[in-house]
Amino acid sequence: MSAAGALLEVDRLTVHHGQLRALTEVSLAVRPGEVHGIIGANGAGKSTLLRTIAGLHKATSGRVVLDGADVTHAPPERRLEAGIALVPEGRRLFPSLTVEENLLVGRHRARSGPFDLAAVYSLFGWMAGRRRQRAAQLSGGEQQAVAIGRALVANPRVLLLDELSLGLAPIVVQRIYELLPKLLASGVTILLVEQDVSQAMRAASRIQCLLEGRTTLEGRPGELSREQVERAYFGSEVSGSGADAPAGGLTGPAAAVGAARAARGEPGEGGPPR
Amino acid sequence: MTWLNAIVQGILTGGFYALFAVGLSILFGVMGVINLAHGDLAVIAAYVALAMIPVTHLPAVLAFVVVVPMFAVGGYILQRTLLQASLDRDPFTTLLVTFGLSVVIENVLLEVFTSNTQSLNIGSLLFDTLNLTPQIPVSYFSLVMLAVAVGVLGALQLFLSRTGTGRMIRAVADDREAAQLVGANYRHIFGIAAAIALATVSIAGIAYGILSGFTPTAGTANLLFAFEAVVIGGIGSLWGTLVGGIVLGIAQEIGAQINPAYQVLAGHLVFLAVLALRPRGLFGLRAAT
Ligand SMILES: Nc1ncnc2c1ncn2[C@@H]1O[C@H](COP(=O)(O)OP(=O)(O)OP(=O)(O)O)[C@@H](O)[C@H]1O
Ligand SMILES: [Mg+2]
Repeated sequence: MSAAGALLEVDRLTVHHGQLRALTEVSLAVRPGEVHGIIGANGAGKSTLLRTIAGLHKATSGRVVLDGADVTHAPPERRLEAGIALVPEGRRLFPSLTVEENLLVGRHRARSGPFDLAAVYSLFGWMAGRRRQRAAQLSGGEQQAVAIGRALVANPRVLLLDELSLGLAPIVVQRIYELLPKLLASGVTILLVEQDVSQAMRAASRIQCLLEGRTTLEGRPGELSREQVERAYFGSEVSGSGADAPAGGLTGPAAAVGAARAARGEPGEGGPPR
Repeated sequence: MTWLNAIVQGILTGGFYALFAVGLSILFGVMGVINLAHGDLAVIAAYVALAMIPVTHLPAVLAFVVVVPMFAVGGYILQRTLLQASLDRDPFTTLLVTFGLSVVIENVLLEVFTSNTQSLNIGSLLFDTLNLTPQIPVSYFSLVMLAVAVGVLGALQLFLSRTGTGRMIRAVADDREAAQLVGANYRHIFGIAAAIALATVSIAGIAYGILSGFTPTAGTANLLFAFEAVVIGGIGSLWGTLVGGIVLGIAQEIGAQINPAYQVLAGHLVFLAVLALRPRGLFGLRAAT
């Protein structure tokens, strides 16, 4: 892969959880101002990829490069200072801290830039009024907003977003995704992970699909056919009239989402109606 | 009146228990370490003060000024080396390491100081009493220690709620990995928490050395009382620890009123009752500070 002009580059990254190889030689390049979307079924390795970029997992081999600087072996706090911030799966706010304290903690090693507490409060109108509430008392959507705010106040160059839509009602997901253009306009580059394929296709300027820890597809959303995405998402054995393709009557990425959620026994909340 | 006296004395003892227990509560709350050497560390503080006095000719009360900072530094170093290395493996290793530390401390103290009972002499300060009524004598030293306990807990409360470092300690206690994502070096934060824990337990240890005679193995019994205070009050709650200490102190004094042989037993019974009825303790919000 040509890395020319890439802000974040991942080069043949392999990551193990103990004996299990979660990622196999995954590469990607995110250019400034891009929204790079990673899709993939449950357990494909999407979170592992983001967490390794943020420094929470060690790479077995391969490199993570931010703007030409190799950060593969840097601890998470150095990467944050270099400009990589992760909004983790499940939001992971500090439940006993207030909303404001969660944001203040996010300022701990902040770079200089457009985002401070005031900027986040103006981004989310409701937040200032509830800044003294414990994070644990917020709804899922509100927590997601605070989690994004907590990462933003560090003024990252690349923002990693892991399944923003998880467990949220469609209208809430929609509102959160409406933020992305504003973030891009302020100079943040975005690498996001979604299980909700249609959501990712709408939000991203580039799509990369992972299957069992390997890249199976990459391209611009408009240039990828539904069949291509479906095959990359589930693996080739599902293509055609595969016996275990639960999405028989459905087609396209939306069906892929429904099937993925059914496979992990989740309600379809956040996905398209089935 | 003897009952009222029991309660007053129980409250005074409770302040001491709280001082003893707060470090245990911090170590568990922030890094999940159950420090079985906690009582022994307190006893070291008493012996250090004892050994220091003939050398420095300082009055025993001033031992606090020297020993407390020493323990804070020692706590940071202990955390960054031995405890962190064991935490990097697993919680059970950590438990074993603190148990081993306890055994080593007791044996070294026995070697150096023998098993003779020692005490720290602060002269008449210990015996001067304020007579609330003729039946309720209150030792000035106990009163001062209660004030110190309240002061230490109050200062800790302020530190944790108002400072950036305090906030980060709470964040690490809530979610270590998420704290790493906002740029915390959690090992350093653990070190600070251990420094606070050891500083507080050294105050308790010297106070103990002044209040009663001590031997190298005195730490184990005190560890049990500290655990009981923490559990009664509720893990993670500073003021809960004070209340837990006071409840334990009053229970023991009332038990002793009934029959001196029941002193410790009464404390255990209250501890068991709380454990059965309110397993998270009287103030046991996991989220409290
Ligand atoms: N900390 C861990 N220890 C051991 N195995 C892990 C760990 N984290 C993830 N795994 C395994 O690694 C594989 C990839 O997991 P990962 O969480 O990256 O998938 P994902 O694509 O994010 O899935 P999801 O959509 O469910 O979030 C899975 O098989 C998972 O069970
Ligand atoms: Mg995931």
